Amino acid sequence: MTKFSPTRRGFLAGSAALIIGAHLPVGGKMAAKAASGPISLNAFVRIAEDNTVTVIVKHIEFGQGPFTGFATLVAEELDADWSQMRAEHAPADTATYQNFAFGIQGTGASTAVRNAFTQMRQAGAAARSMLVQAAAREWGLPEDEITVAKGVVSHAASGNSAQFGELVAAAHDSTPPEEPKLKDPADFVLIGKDVPRLDSADKTTGAAQFTLDVYREGMLTVAVAHSPWIGGKVKSVNSAAALAIDGVEKVETIPTGVAVYAKNTYSAFKGRDALEIDWDLSEAETRSAEEQMEEVAAAAATGEGVVAETYGDLDAAFAGAAEVIEAEYRLPYLAHAPLEVMDGVIENRGDAAEIWMGSQMQTVDQQVTANILGIAPEQVAINTLMAGGSFGRRAQYDSQFAQELAQVAKAGGQGTFKLVWSRKDDIQGAYYRPQAVHRQRAALDETGRIIGWQDKFATESIMGGSAFEVVIQNGVDPFSVEGSIHKPYDFGAFEARWVRTDSKVPHLWWRSVGHSHTAFANEVFLDEVLQAKGKDPVAGRLELLGDKSPRDRKVLERVAEMANWQGVNGSDGKAYGVALHPSYDAHFAYIAEVSEVAGEPRVSKVWVAADVGIAINPDVVKAQIEGGLGYGLSAALFNEITFAEDGQVAQENFDSYRLLRIHEMPEVEIDLAVSSEKPGGIGEAGTPPIAPAVSNAWRVLKGQPVRRLPLVRA
Amino acid sequence: MTDLTINGKDVTLDVPGDTPLLWALRDDLRLTGTKFGCGIAQCGACTVMVDGMPVRSCVTPVEALEGSDIITIEALEGPEADAVRKAWVDIDVPQCGYCQSGQIIAAAALLTEIPNPTDEDIDFAMAGNACRCATYVRIRKAIHNAAKMLET
Repeated sequence: MTKFSPTRRGFLAGSAALIIGAHLPVGGKMAAKAASGPISLNAFVRIAEDNTVTVIVKHIEFGQGPFTGFATLVAEELDADWSQMRAEHAPADTATYQNFAFGIQGTGASTAVRNAFTQMRQAGAAARSMLVQAAAREWGLPEDEITVAKGVVSHAASGNSAQFGELVAAAHDSTPPEEPKLKDPADFVLIGKDVPRLDSADKTTGAAQFTLDVYREGMLTVAVAHSPWIGGKVKSVNSAAALAIDGVEKVETIPTGVAVYAKNTYSAFKGRDALEIDWDLSEAETRSAEEQMEEVAAAAATGEGVVAETYGDLDAAFAGAAEVIEAEYRLPYLAHAPLEVMDGVIENRGDAAEIWMGSQMQTVDQQVTANILGIAPEQVAINTLMAGGSFGRRAQYDSQFAQELAQVAKAGGQGTFKLVWSRKDDIQGAYYRPQAVHRQRAALDETGRIIGWQDKFATESIMGGSAFEVVIQNGVDPFSVEGSIHKPYDFGAFEARWVRTDSKVPHLWWRSVGHSHTAFANEVFLDEVLQAKGKDPVAGRLELLGDKSPRDRKVLERVAEMANWQGVNGSDGKAYGVALHPSYDAHFAYIAEVSEVAGEPRVSKVWVAADVGIAINPDVVKAQIEGGLGYGLSAALFNEITFAEDGQVAQENFDSYRLLRIHEMPEVEIDLAVSSEKPGGIGEAGTPPIAPAVSNAWRVLKGQPVRRLPLVRA
Repeated sequence: MTDLTINGKDVTLDVPGDTPLLWALRDDLRLTGTKFGCGIAQCGACTVMVDGMPVRSCVTPVEALEGSDIITIEALEGPEADAVRKAWVDIDVPQCGYCQSGQIIAAAALLTEIPNPTDEDIDFAMAGNACRCATYVRIRKAIHNAAKMLET
């Protein structure tokens, strides 16, 4: 077996195994050559003499299942046996491993399968062809008489057969096909069927390797004291007490704070706590949460904004309305709080550097590191490791964490450094889901039917100032307005109007990004309007869907069937809430069963009807729905980052940033539609509908509208 | 200096007495299956067995463990642990996997105490172990499945 090596050249040169390269640009045309030695074309499939097939995965595995999904796509077209499949992370190499949705190497926006569905299948099909060519040469038989199934290449008439490993040597002389032939989806044997995840076993024994588990010879562990005010800078530092602590080696001021270098983690943390720092707050955010929220609310009320989507004659609809209903909805800052804190290991070799971390945006991480260390990007090798969750946090538009890691290495000089954040660093470290305020207006006719709708909302631009700023067209950031635009309903007349706000608090994409606030503000308002006119939430939605969105219509009808829908009021103090919200080419309808326990909402069950297109691994899709729903529920019930009167972040750990626990997790019943539509993204789409579904039930239970999240406020 | 038994071996830890067991396990003994999540006993990622009971190693100073018998995820064994691991893999409980060492230790400890736990028993035993991926539905199911395996 090939041992992983951080540089691509070393990776290939050191390989005794067969590397099958498949150059698969956006157009999907093959232009690759097989290689027995160094090759600078794409490489996604490695077959070893021990019969293992290793898929080189360009997306980070932090739970959403790309290792299993990509291995499934390759194995399908390669006709491999599932038991021989393995997966590992690709090295940092933008040209080879770019995300076609981004143009750089990185993971996010639920694009993994959507950008690489065909590419990975082609890589598998190309590999299969090369094995068949090898067998044909070895046996002196025509290629078209050779078949492959479950990891065995065979020729029925002659009785010849070989395992993949036996053909590795001969396959070095094979040529990748110009156009690898892909299977008819009707012939899929793995795609759409359930296979065991490749990473489960190691995650039950402690063997799975995360960044925190990396230990290198001579390594120092580093903790950084960050400003308790966002945007604060170090004015002066007294490090005498820190340096007196056993194990602390040195203290350096870096742009983001004061770094304590120590022999181990506990010394680093203790040293950090012993620092006396004066902070310069001239550029810091020192206002309370309410002041910041009022600023956003004022922008939503009085800002002009830009039109993100419009159809019909909205002015006429409101002018001729029999009734107008209005409401305002507020959503807080949210931290991502992945369970593995932000961490990274860097080896500074002077003219080169090597990084071990859960890199979610390798291209940018590589560039910022190179800039800070004054070396070329190619001199920065990144070993991407599995990460303990991300939910968006490990990708920052400015590679915030990689920058701090590089600054630690720069100030530390040559050597190896492990930067470990504390939970407080994470919760108080900004890069939050931004606050949002939606002002909703609906125009109704005499029958109570909605004839016009305006969603005017204020929030920050997600992509503004990022490497992806180019997505902002005509002043509209699609990631800030998604879910407000392209709603499945036909309102007759509609306008989504976005007022862009700015803040000193750095913000970030958070699982489902814009959908995380638009789904709540729209589906809750719709439910309120329907209730005000005495309409049923399911029937009322179906009426508005009309023929506009057949896939959304189907999931809503299906979920009502599953839950045996009888209206919002249940027995035993239970109420039922509905939400419908498509995102990432995936369509979801939820019904939540909610009661009150100790003054708080308790969700006992959620019915989910989903149409995600072709599901590569249906059980992984279901796991992502369960998990995305639970993540969204934690936020809807409990999560909010606030700022105290003096402007310091009020939360610092899981005692004040409350996480959903097992007894608060509902039973989840999922119906996944059988579909031949192209695969949708599934890492995020389960999150948006849960907040409105639960809020709609809670409104029924309490007899009070829900206008603000979280439902349980400290 | 603290003398104790870790995963069946006699160990002398030459670290300051206030060092949390978590960091001694990880930084000194390289037993990295035990994870750091919060440092204040709120998330359960650092759970290990101390004298047969699940304990949060992030808030347990080494000096309190003289003569104790520690078992970490790497050496957790026995019928309950085997059943839990098998049940976990059978239905693919883990997503990111980071909290799962702690979940498995807590689940094995629960089944040792209560061989056939109710949902309420599971809630009570597992509420201290947070999972940000919200794998809770499967954790509950896997514990019930493991209990069934242990019956036969």
